[in-house]
Amino acid sequence: MSLRPDLAVIADNVPEGSSVFDIGCGDGALMAELVSRRGVDARGLELDADNVAAAVAKGLSVVQGNADTDLDTYPAGSFDYAILSQTLQTTWRPDLILKDLMRLGSHAFVSFPNFAHWRIRTSLLLGGRMPVTRLLPARWYDTPNIHHLTIDDFRALVDDLGFRIEKSWFLSGGHRTGGRLANLMAEHAVFLLGR
Amino acid sequence: MTSSPQTVELGELALDGGAVLPSLQVAFETYGELSPQRDNAVLVCHALTMDQYAASRHPVTGKPGWWTRMIGPGRSLDPQRHFIICANVLGSCMGTTGPKSLHEDGRPWGLRFPVITIADMVRAQAKLLDHLGIDRLCAAIGGSMGGMQVLQWASLYPDRVERAVAIATAARHSAQNIAFHEVGRQAIMADPAWAGGDYYGGPAPAAGLSVARMAAHITYMSEQGLTEKFGRRLQDREAISFGFDADFQVESYLRHQGSSFTDRFDANSYLYITRAMDYFDLAERHGGVLGEAFRGSGTRFCVISFNTDWLYPTSESRRVVHALNSVRAPVSFVELSSPYGHDAFLLESPDLYRIVDGFLSGTPS
Repeated sequence: MSLRPDLAVIADNVPEGSSVFDIGCGDGALMAELVSRRGVDARGLELDADNVAAAVAKGLSVVQGNADTDLDTYPAGSFDYAILSQTLQTTWRPDLILKDLMRLGSHAFVSFPNFAHWRIRTSLLLGGRMPVTRLLPARWYDTPNIHHLTIDDFRALVDDLGFRIEKSWFLSGGHRTGGRLANLMAEHAVFLLGR
Repeated sequence: MTSSPQTVELGELALDGGAVLPSLQVAFETYGELSPQRDNAVLVCHALTMDQYAASRHPVTGKPGWWTRMIGPGRSLDPQRHFIICANVLGSCMGTTGPKSLHEDGRPWGLRFPVITIADMVRAQAKLLDHLGIDRLCAAIGGSMGGMQVLQWASLYPDRVERAVAIATAARHSAQNIAFHEVGRQAIMADPAWAGGDYYGGPAPAAGLSVARMAAHITYMSEQGLTEKFGRRLQDREAISFGFDADFQVESYLRHQGSSFTDRFDANSYLYITRAMDYFDLAERHGGVLGEAFRGSGTRFCVISFNTDWLYPTSESRRVVHALNSVRAPVSFVELSSPYGHDAFLLESPDLYRIVDGFLSGTPS
């Protein structure tokens, strides 16, 4: 089974034998990959009971819970890497979540859809309504993405919180795309944060 | 299913309360074969009023085992893969030493039996495993009081439990839990036939035990479950009787549950086991910090609750999960949906079997 492109980037960049905490781990696809391929000690948190059941059935340690309320039950410095993939934009307070990520892990991988991609910009500019695209197919009133953000928004928030961007990857149609025009050209971004 | 029923004599057992039980007998059933590597043993821990007949016909009631949905060929606990052990708990009345057993003086213990704890039950099971030559369990699993034993096992013998599955349970008894048990105990002790616990040889305090069971049974079901099953429907009549007969179906059902229970359970055992559950608070010996009960444990945990269980609600399971997180113990947790309340762990629940199956067969990370 092939991983979603942003997860593949993360899977390629987690060092062997490290400990990771995958927040919003879904059915555990990334965790399973990290465990089997890189001997990682992986833990997960997931809201949806069916997803948790699927992950546990893979032999993974996954707790059903909510990123907005349950992270404070984990002690500081518990993991080498905290991972938040495609989940930041669904949380109530993304800034607090980022702080928690960096409290739990010495590093954090964060991936999210870029709302400043040119197709979304054009759609809003020309259509005058909240964009519905292939990558963000939900309508404004039923989307789980309650805090849309752009790559530049994210960079600014990381800066405000006093963390450091150690590495970044930008994806468009599953392929890497350029760094300089990323905020315009990238559909997805993956960031590695450090202190 | 074919089982090997056995009773073994295991010598002395020192108890939490300070007493020493001079001779411990444990009655148990097993299913499947112990592997040559002795690495496929699964201990099934039973709830308050259950017994060792988890997957075999009950000798008194003639009914099939209480967890045949979980244990059997092709099921999560499979005798073709696992060596499954279920032992009657200390203090109970189906062959393991309890208040009904004979004291050295040849008369039943009655209330002379020492008060026991969940940890005492677990130590008795550990002695059984020693006897069977099993150092390490591939899993300990149980619901309700069975789940308490599982948590206690992982805390007391972390090196002997590879995986712990705690279902519909808690790491302590709440005031509400204790209160319901106290109602049951008072019902038993208010029955004149109880006679200070010295009723063996005469009539048993069936009326008191029956009321205790009725009160407890309510706590095992959700309001939704009761409403769906009975509503306000009347029992074999067209109109209310303006009397105190069992007009309502729910009354008739509870009365039946109560009276049939007295055929198979000893009233003093009910007192002792409910007391053990009330005394249960895993954090107590660890400065009130539950996580400390599991610190350094190599056990992998799977905690499962049911959304309509108000006896051991999800919040208590989460408390266990948070404690395990705090010491970085590997834990999985899921709250399953069921209309049936606490009893859900005994009823058909494909999600439960899928999770247990995955947890037991999954490669440890």
